[in-house]
Amino acid sequence: MAGRVVLVTGVTRFIGSELAGRLARHPEVDRVIGVDAALPEPAARARMGDADFARVDIRNPLIARVIEAARVDTVVHASASATPASSAARSMVKEMNVLGTMQLLAACQRSDSLRNLIVRSTAAIYGSSSRDPAIFTEETPARSVPSSGPARDAIDIEAYVRGFGRRRPDVRIAVPRFADIIGPTVVTPLTRYFALSPFVPMVLGRDARIQLVHESDAVGVMEHLAIKDFSGVVNVAGDGVLTLAQAIHRAGRLPLSVPAFTLGGISRVMRTARLGGFSPRQVESLTTGRVLDTTRLLERAGYQPHFTTVQAFDDFAAHLRPALPASTVRGVEKRITGTLGLRPEQAGPNGDALLIGSGGTGSSAGQASRSATPAGPAAGSLPVGGRSAAPGGDTPDGDDRLDGRPRLVGINGDAAGSPRRWRTR
Amino acid sequence: MVSTDTPGGGPASGPARPPRKRSHAAPAASSAPSAQPGQPDAVRPSAKAPAGGGENRGGDQGADHGYGSAFADGLAGGVIPSGAVDVDRPDTAALPAPAGETGWKRSLAGGIAFLRRRMTGDYDVDDFGYDPDFTDNVLMPPLRLLYEKWFRIDTLGIHNVPDTGGALLVANHSGTIAVDAVMTAVALRDHHPRQRPLRMLGADMVFDTPFLGPISRKAGNTLACNPDAERLLSSGEVVAVYPEGFKGVGKPYSQRYKLQRFGRGGFVTAALKTGVPIIPVSIVGAEEIYPLIGNIKPLARALGFPYFPVTPTFPLLGPLGAIPLPSKWLIEFGEPIPTDGYGDHAADDPMVVFNLTDRVRETIQQTLYRLLLRRGHPFLG
Repeated sequence: MAGRVVLVTGVTRFIGSELAGRLARHPEVDRVIGVDAALPEPAARARMGDADFARVDIRNPLIARVIEAARVDTVVHASASATPASSAARSMVKEMNVLGTMQLLAACQRSDSLRNLIVRSTAAIYGSSSRDPAIFTEETPARSVPSSGPARDAIDIEAYVRGFGRRRPDVRIAVPRFADIIGPTVVTPLTRYFALSPFVPMVLGRDARIQLVHESDAVGVMEHLAIKDFSGVVNVAGDGVLTLAQAIHRAGRLPLSVPAFTLGGISRVMRTARLGGFSPRQVESLTTGRVLDTTRLLERAGYQPHFTTVQAFDDFAAHLRPALPASTVRGVEKRITGTLGLRPEQAGPNGDALLIGSGGTGSSAGQASRSATPAGPAAGSLPVGGRSAAPGGDTPDGDDRLDGRPRLVGINGDAAGSPRRWRTR
Repeated sequence: MVSTDTPGGGPASGPARPPRKRSHAAPAASSAPSAQPGQPDAVRPSAKAPAGGGENRGGDQGADHGYGSAFADGLAGGVIPSGAVDVDRPDTAALPAPAGETGWKRSLAGGIAFLRRRMTGDYDVDDFGYDPDFTDNVLMPPLRLLYEKWFRIDTLGIHNVPDTGGALLVANHSGTIAVDAVMTAVALRDHHPRQRPLRMLGADMVFDTPFLGPISRKAGNTLACNPDAERLLSSGEVVAVYPEGFKGVGKPYSQRYKLQRFGRGGFVTAALKTGVPIIPVSIVGAEEIYPLIGNIKPLARALGFPYFPVTPTFPLLGPLGAIPLPSKWLIEFGEPIPTDGYGDHAADDPMVVFNLTDRVRETIQQTLYRLLLRRGHPFLG
């Protein structure tokens, strides 16, 4: 039997292009066709590797012809529920998300070669409120269904996908629900938010649990689902949680708690002063926590994310310039204790590696995996292939990552599905 | 108090000492009752008498950062009463204190280290948001003072809480605001041989409230719903529920120590599904801290509260009304009621659930009457 023919949508974005490139290298896959409404930039094109590119808007019936002509058997809708880099063009995003998915599914329904459909969804579909259980399984009903926004889109998209499943029971459908995707390469409202410096605004009196998935794991899960035979809905998130304030501190920033109603004004002022923008909605969505149960991902889908939430965040944060590096804080601690004639308490495995070596045993996975913040001395203690000399020191904030400087996002290890070296922009 | 600050001394002190030190203090504490024949299984707060404190902690004084020394350290250290800093940080605790470094110095260094950990986000939070570092260093010390000095709480039958594995504590609820719940958590954290953290289930209003919500999550509490309860119980945590809910905390003073309706028995279902024992907990003393003599219903409706309390001091004295009256408390952990012998589908059998609910409720009510007799005067005890 010939290998698979895979169609990947959204290849101008990181997830789509990286996924297309990985699938093109996969031995079971004959051909990968990446589609998008716009031309991919050189970096995205480079990530796509041997995959073909077809400039087709998924809202155009032409997509059906592409599927038919290439005898596509697997459609990976990676652009569904993609988080836009900015929240500006909301109506455009909705059009692409919801109507694009409808059109794509319509095209898929006509195809007699189609066997597998993977549609990316988001954990925002669960909503998040104080009346929800602390941890969501795939079966947890949403108690606070948002009336608009990406979560609403995801609900609509999943409804269309279920409808498609009823009409085409012969097609295997997998719907991964992703926690917020983070990493050195992706640009989302969340990464722009954490890139604010030195103060990151938070809603006063709130500190939610957040859960993240690393960009390489997101791509890995999509690839895994495209190739393997899992069908159904599955939560995707790195193990463990961070609280929002903790994450801000880990990024070497300071949380600035403000009442919720002032967020809009602060956002406008910061935009005007060109201090970097954030979406007030983004911040408000970070007031109630959402944690996913990933048992199904591990046991039924058979995928173990390589990054925990903390590791994923630290990998992202290593590419930011910290306003308050951990080593500075440790230095201040030593100076204060020295002045008072005290002996400073031993720090965790990374915070003070030069002083104490590996004296700290690391009481838990989270601490042991604490990768060095950029100025920290212990780069080698990240269990997932130590990050080699992350060039985080001179990284400008946020969206500047879009510019054309080459940067090596180095992660060793080249087993299938594991994070590996990328050359990105 | 001062004697607890000198390092070493005990036979078990030294670098090789296992990190969770107070677990060694506790067997001594539970054997202490033999010295108090009048109270068969009472664990007297050691702070009551300095001599008793030394006795309870036995040879473990050197590194014991129990409540007693935490209190002293708090006074000496000033900024953060962080006597218990290294209780939960085995990596740091394994380090012996250099000679000449006295207790308050270590705890001050511990406090600064705590601030550093907060500034760099170098701490762990579990899936429910439980933050042991924050709980033990910030929340526990003042609560411990309240526990030892203000309410002078006696804990009975703490050995009924198992050392390992899940258990569901079911307690009465009273006192206008839920001070009884946090005091139960202090009891378990300080007086149980294994210092088990108590994971309490609270109303959604708690988690909806600014400041209180996040702090409550950091303290290890979560929403009172079956998925959360079952998840915690099956991962071997000690979970506490207060089935009376707002009906219990917000009942008038005239109905004190009369148990209210016990919800729909959801807690029994959770225990049956996970097969963990139910431990009835009876708390005497919380009713008197804010005697509820009135309820301004229109104000409660306007503010979205379940009730708006009027106590002898609130709202009459304004913020001073927030000071609880110093009643004498007793907390008794009752005999565990096993739930694993009811077969596979017991959780779906309403009769089993109702019967177990009634049994737990009756046990607590009878224990309350017994404890009330034993306590005597509400404030002099």
